[in-house]
Amino acid sequence: MKKFLPVVATMAAAMLATTAVRAADVEVIHWWTSGGEQAAVTVFANEFDALGGDKWIDTAIALGETARAAVMQRALGGDPPEAAQFNPGRQYEELIAAGLLLDLTPLAEAEGWSDIVRPDTIESSCHIDGKWWCVPVNIHSWQWGWASIPAFEKVGLAVPKNMDEFIAAAPKLKEAGIIPFAVGGDGGGWQISGMAGVLQLNMLGVELRDKIFRDLDTAAAAGPEVTKVFETVRSLQQYSDDGSVGRNWNDTTNLVITDAAAFQIMGDWARGEFSVAGEQPGVDYECVAGPADKPYLNTGGDIFVFFKQNDPDVERAQLKLASMMINPRVQALFNNAKGSLPVRDDVDMSLADACMKKGLALLADPATVVADVGQYRTEDFNIQMNDLWTDFWFNPETTVEQAQARFVDLIANAD
Amino acid sequence: MTAAVDNLPGRGAAIEPRGPKPKRLTPARIGIYAFLIIASIFFLLPLWVMVTTSLKTLPEIRLGEIFSLPQQPTFDAWFKAWDTACTGRDCNGLKPGFWNSVKISALSVPISILIAMLNGYALSFWKYKGADLFFALLLFGAFVPYQVVMYPIIIGLSRVGLFGTLPGIVIIHTIFGMSILTLLYRNFFASLPAELFKAARVDGAGFWQIFFRIMLPMSVPITIVAIILQVTGIWNDFLFGLVFAGRENMPMTVQLNNIVQTTTGTREYNVNMAAIILTATVSLVIYFLSGKWFVRGIAAGAVKG
Amino acid sequence: MADIAAARAAGAKPGVGGRGGGLRRRRLQLIPSIISTLPMAATAIGVFIICIIFTIIWSFTNSKLFPTFNFVGLDQYERLWATPKWQVSVSNVWVFGVVSMAGNLVFGYLLAVFMDQRIRQEDLFRTIFLYPVALSGVVTGLVWQWMMDPNLGIQEAVRNMGWTNFQFAPLVQPETALYGMVVAGIWGGVGVTMAILLAGLRGVDTEVWKAAKVDGIPAWRTYLFIALPMMKGAVITAVILQAVGVIRVFDLVIAMTGGGPGIATQMPAVYVVQAINTRAVGQGMAAATMMLLPVALIIAVQFVFRWRAKLRAERLATR
Repeated sequence: MKKFLPVVATMAAAMLATTAVRAADVEVIHWWTSGGEQAAVTVFANEFDALGGDKWIDTAIALGETARAAVMQRALGGDPPEAAQFNPGRQYEELIAAGLLLDLTPLAEAEGWSDIVRPDTIESSCHIDGKWWCVPVNIHSWQWGWASIPAFEKVGLAVPKNMDEFIAAAPKLKEAGIIPFAVGGDGGGWQISGMAGVLQLNMLGVELRDKIFRDLDTAAAAGPEVTKVFETVRSLQQYSDDGSVGRNWNDTTNLVITDAAAFQIMGDWARGEFSVAGEQPGVDYECVAGPADKPYLNTGGDIFVFFKQNDPDVERAQLKLASMMINPRVQALFNNAKGSLPVRDDVDMSLADACMKKGLALLADPATVVADVGQYRTEDFNIQMNDLWTDFWFNPETTVEQAQARFVDLIANAD
Repeated sequence: MTAAVDNLPGRGAAIEPRGPKPKRLTPARIGIYAFLIIASIFFLLPLWVMVTTSLKTLPEIRLGEIFSLPQQPTFDAWFKAWDTACTGRDCNGLKPGFWNSVKISALSVPISILIAMLNGYALSFWKYKGADLFFALLLFGAFVPYQVVMYPIIIGLSRVGLFGTLPGIVIIHTIFGMSILTLLYRNFFASLPAELFKAARVDGAGFWQIFFRIMLPMSVPITIVAIILQVTGIWNDFLFGLVFAGRENMPMTVQLNNIVQTTTGTREYNVNMAAIILTATVSLVIYFLSGKWFVRGIAAGAVKG
Repeated sequence: MADIAAARAAGAKPGVGGRGGGLRRRRLQLIPSIISTLPMAATAIGVFIICIIFTIIWSFTNSKLFPTFNFVGLDQYERLWATPKWQVSVSNVWVFGVVSMAGNLVFGYLLAVFMDQRIRQEDLFRTIFLYPVALSGVVTGLVWQWMMDPNLGIQEAVRNMGWTNFQFAPLVQPETALYGMVVAGIWGGVGVTMAILLAGLRGVDTEVWKAAKVDGIPAWRTYLFIALPMMKGAVITAVILQAVGVIRVFDLVIAMTGGGPGIATQMPAVYVVQAINTRAVGQGMAAATMMLLPVALIIAVQFVFRWRAKLRAERLATR
């Protein structure tokens, strides 16, 4: 009985609040268009609509680069969406500098985001100079290899635990008519660049990598360790197939799902595809952390920014969305669907499958958690890296020396 | 000799084939038809592939027989492309974009043509000082790829508050169609007999009267060409629509791009092909309905250079 | 007819300016003309002068997303010419341009010549040759990409028919990808060239054909050496239209290859848009300015020719 009055009061207040407030449309631009991604974004959309009143307006634009470009153009033109997806890092620094983004600090402080969001690399991508400019929604790591168990069984080999083991197994796979190394070349080479980045981190270690990409040390960029990375990438090229030109990432993952290919280096968002296809980890496919004996977990992921709309009703709806995206229940549903890791610890991940549990274990160990290299530099730089890697991969005339020289050049001119 | 070179196009006689109708089927004639038929196969092949693929099922497509007829033709892919293909969370196919494309085309085509027609008319008969300069700039602009001015235009449109609006995208299409269309119309009007205009002036007709009573009705052939050009360009436009149309007016091509670029598990080639055909239908239909006029109009407007 | 031609040669035009009426009356009559061409004037000045000037100005700045006036001299141009993606796109646009224009003109003229033979079903053939023009670059690129797919396209179909070593997947190799695009481009555009050249052919006076026949000149020679030179207007129009299309090629690239494999089919127009999209606006403006140079050159050359032709005509008239 004691609880009765407060409950009634809250309900009355809520009813009054909803009737007094105008429902708003929140347009969200994102690039989640594959099967697993679509399941995840539906969680967000349905949960938001279920909160009542305001509506999620979905504007999906295929391919991250295209979607981000559309957001930027609309921001430029003065007609930005209410919310937009980005990757944590510097992709949105100009938007902050231009004062176009909604300051989420009051909401963040009220809900205690600084204490909840982990690890630091993710928190600091949104919590900049004491203010919160975006809400992180998940953690994705590129450092994963995905192996088709039947493919390896066919040639009588165990699923490789690191790249050396894979390279040793590759010729046998090729002989057996299986595509040893599945990679896709679409979108200006982002997959190739990402794959090379994975090898880079494994082979250089995090200190050397950060020296080059964060501190812009050109001498290190010209060094022999980097040469070895280029050589390794080049040696993998012969194990991929003709169809890799222009193939998108989930079609490539599909090759592994259907056992036409043996191995793919891809971020943990690939797990969503396996799950939508009904495959079981440990039975149909294996997720190899690293792929290395001492794997890293690099913390990329997705964040959402909210553009100022100069309308208090819309702003209220935007803040409601931000709060919803980070609350534990929605985090559990969303990340389970997407195959990513939640940005807070108090999330019920009991439904997580074996691969996600591996990821969670790595996340708990601070020694393995490193920042995503894309966070250090601007999108312009990252795109130029994509150009470098895609040319190196597909053009046999570009030598290791030329590619490395170009790399040093990029580091020297980076801003 | 100059008279021969300056043969006034726009007259029906210049369009029809020349010479007596051949009666016999000589080897030369067979050769001609053979060449034309082989060329036709080259042109029709993609259409064949598009249609048959859209009627096949996915397992049949994976067999890799791109030329074969579908074993059990089905319109499933078409329904999916129109109604339920997914992009992101929304699974509404191409339908939402269709009406937006209609809106954009229905406004942009007549407005851009009317303006170009007035331009061509004014440049041919009512030249004022500086008109030629504007025209020369317009021609120069025809060569300028729109990517060159895209960025300043975004800034400009946003300053006047038209960025992301329907009027904004109509203005964009008008601007970028103006050069070629004005050229077409100017050449056409310039090729008309001078007496036509002089007689009307002698009768005391003014700018607008001559335009509406004489020039407009006479310019039907070239206007059909202009319509075909503009509908083709505007209906099939992607980049302008993505950047300038705004959320409410996203054209069909944006949806097409999403559907083709996104795959939920497996790439559904049949749905992609159906989506492509659906998107191209409007401009194709207009073309099929008016092909002969197209050639007449080109002769009238383009040959003089 | 003859005196119209003579009047044309003398430079007189039907129209308002020139003779008769008072100066004021003439000016008044021109007002509707001025008003109705305001959009043209606005576009000409606003877009093609002012916007271009801004593009050039911003190419000397380090604008990222929003335009600034932080001038950095020639930095953007230095970076531009040191970037492999740009170097490749410049060479690509020349190769693509020359090959597809040559292909279009030759194939287009061949088609026009054959169509000129009083064939039956001329309308049907013409419809077939022209319909690709009604399709967008995106559609053309997607369909040809599909047909050139190594596993599901023409290569696989022909192999299944028995020729197991048949190769036709140009988009897979960096060396041949550009030529794959040329094929698709020609398929999409040769219809217009054919239509223009056919109209030009039909515009040649029948007397010329009769005279050639009487002289015993074989048909192919007439087509090649007599008729073609007389169709200068049509040929020039065809070339100009194609040149414009080549410089702008964007949708075809994006739909067909995305610029790949690697960067093998990059084009300047794509480079500009990608630079703007990735917030290297200053860089994009530099590339855009570079794209303008050949255009300005062509216009200047054309201008010079016209001016000289006008001078010559005036000299003829005053004789």
